Amino acid sequence: MSFSIAPAGVKPFRLTFWKVVFLSLMAAGLYATFIRFTRGLGASTHLTDQFPWGIWISFDVLCGVMLAAGGFTLTAAVHILNIKRMHSIIRPTILTAFLGYVLVCMALMYDLGKPYNIWHPLIMRNPHSVMFEVAYCVMLYTAVLALEFSPVVLERFNLQRPLKLVRTILIPLVICGVILSTLHQSSLGTLYLIVPEKLHPFWYSPLLPVFFFLSAIAVGLAMTIFESSMSAKHFGLQLELPVLQELGRVLVVVLGLYAILRFEDLARRGVLKLTVQPGYEMYLFWLEMLLALILPLLLLVQPRVRSNPVGLYWSAVLVVLGFITNRMNVSITGFEGSTGVRYFPKWSELAVTGMIIAAGFALFGLAVKYLPIFPKEHATEVAAEVSAELAAPEAVLQNAGD
Amino acid sequence: MSKALLYDSTVCIGCKQCEQACASQNKLPYDDTIAAEESQSAHKLTVVLTRGDKFMRRLCMNCKDPSCASVCPVGALQKTAAGPVTYDPSKCMGCRYCMVACPFSVPKYEWGKLFPKVQKCTMCPDRVAAGKQTACAEACPTGATKFGEREELIAEARQRIRESPGKYVEHIYGLEEVGGTSVLLLSAVPFETFGYRSNISKDPLPMLTYQVLSRIPEFVPLGGMMLGGIWWITHRREEVTLAEGRKPDTATKNGRKS
Repeated sequence: MSFSIAPAGVKPFRLTFWKVVFLSLMAAGLYATFIRFTRGLGASTHLTDQFPWGIWISFDVLCGVMLAAGGFTLTAAVHILNIKRMHSIIRPTILTAFLGYVLVCMALMYDLGKPYNIWHPLIMRNPHSVMFEVAYCVMLYTAVLALEFSPVVLERFNLQRPLKLVRTILIPLVICGVILSTLHQSSLGTLYLIVPEKLHPFWYSPLLPVFFFLSAIAVGLAMTIFESSMSAKHFGLQLELPVLQELGRVLVVVLGLYAILRFEDLARRGVLKLTVQPGYEMYLFWLEMLLALILPLLLLVQPRVRSNPVGLYWSAVLVVLGFITNRMNVSITGFEGSTGVRYFPKWSELAVTGMIIAAGFALFGLAVKYLPIFPKEHATEVAAEVSAELAAPEAVLQNAGD
Repeated sequence: MSKALLYDSTVCIGCKQCEQACASQNKLPYDDTIAAEESQSAHKLTVVLTRGDKFMRRLCMNCKDPSCASVCPVGALQKTAAGPVTYDPSKCMGCRYCMVACPFSVPKYEWGKLFPKVQKCTMCPDRVAAGKQTACAEACPTGATKFGEREELIAEARQRIRESPGKYVEHIYGLEEVGGTSVLLLSAVPFETFGYRSNISKDPLPMLTYQVLSRIPEFVPLGGMMLGGIWWITHRREEVTLAEGRKPDTATKNGRKS
């Protein structure tokens, strides 16, 4: 593999370093967990009556769900649109999505004031509530993802009968998954439709559900590129470059569409003039635009960049960081003006988030080691080391959280 | 019809007896320190604000079409026909969407507790159901806070404004805000002085989310049919291609639908 993300250092030392990083993240996270569940939200977060939703909602839930969007994007492409070339990357993508949703559910247990009541939406229904829809979609889609992922486990243990059953219902399952994702990704935007006066006009728009859905597709594609590139590097696999190039092409279209809609919407609401008035919100708005739209579009429209693994990789990273900034802006920056308070997460909030991300990388590594995730030639390296090594980019993600 | 509170800040003397009555009604502590607090919180559901010689109460507006009840996934918050917006802590799972959604930022949270509740004025639902007035209205020595039928209180507020030109801001706060509230306010100075927002919509906010949510029942079957259709077309195309190349394999599954 000619392409590398970080300079290849002396191997044993590097592995030890990332192991230490991984273990300290876990330790800090567990200590924060202890504080959260013995002393409550007040002691473990910087949440206040003015700022009831913090990073556990903004990053762990909003971004977590968004980062898992590759699952429905790719299953739709492979199973519905019948694009066979992409079949080789579908398993790691479904794994990412499944882990993503499991971790979102885990994060919710921290954020909910009374997590033991998390099952209440099952029997206490309020169909007027977007949160109710979100609850059902998370639940059902996690189940769908578990089933979509199950063939990997069933193959591993050679359970032919259930395997056949899952394959029989695969297409209806995929269709359910795509519909649930469409509803769910967009409804995270719909959540904020009810606060027209509280959310800054850069981010409040009647089109919020559309923006959340479109950006989820963009991030789904970008995450697939990101995670395929990472896997190729760390597990010594053949990089599926032609497939990733095609994803890059689609990504340009989705980003372009999003950019047009977003600016047309700003113009129609008469907010465009605010984008040139210097201020806190204005800077974060342009940071979002730069990372999510301007730079990736400038890069990806060039066939030269799209055909280059490094160019593709960094464009994907920009898109992911850009839309993480978007979710943070919608759920945190956009509220700071109307509430009159600045929110910055407490160390324990960051520690829990860091632990959850680290757990995600570790679980991915373990799954790759023990399950047939990658087609045939999948490397049988020591997963614990690999997973610890994979924990590297989480520092990047965490910084983006602010 | 539905009950409401009319608070006329020009009659208020700032004695804070409503605060005290509210605390004892809701079994919350009340002392001089709490009396001095100038903001609503999980232990202070109503507050009398002082700006110079002007006073203003803040409490839950008990909206006619409340955002909090609309967003609560488990229906812990409910608008009753009698007027109060009630809260059932045993249903609540603590998602705090009500706090985010409330246009008046009223619901507060017991951040210090391990198993916290949302706290807000619920307009004394038990008292109202028993035909009594709210604790704050009963305690008010000057009649600044008055309990009654919403329609009658609106007529009375209009009359007070009409009879004393120049005394009031020509606005009944809560008459039209977010589609109307069960707490109506009169003031001699602009409501913004006391943090009441003036940019509030005249339409009930729950419509904003419901007009999206209500499309779901038609979206699901339509989306399912569309995706199933695309699946059928793309796979049929593949079969045809195969058939043209080789001998057709008739025993395939093109009849299967989602």
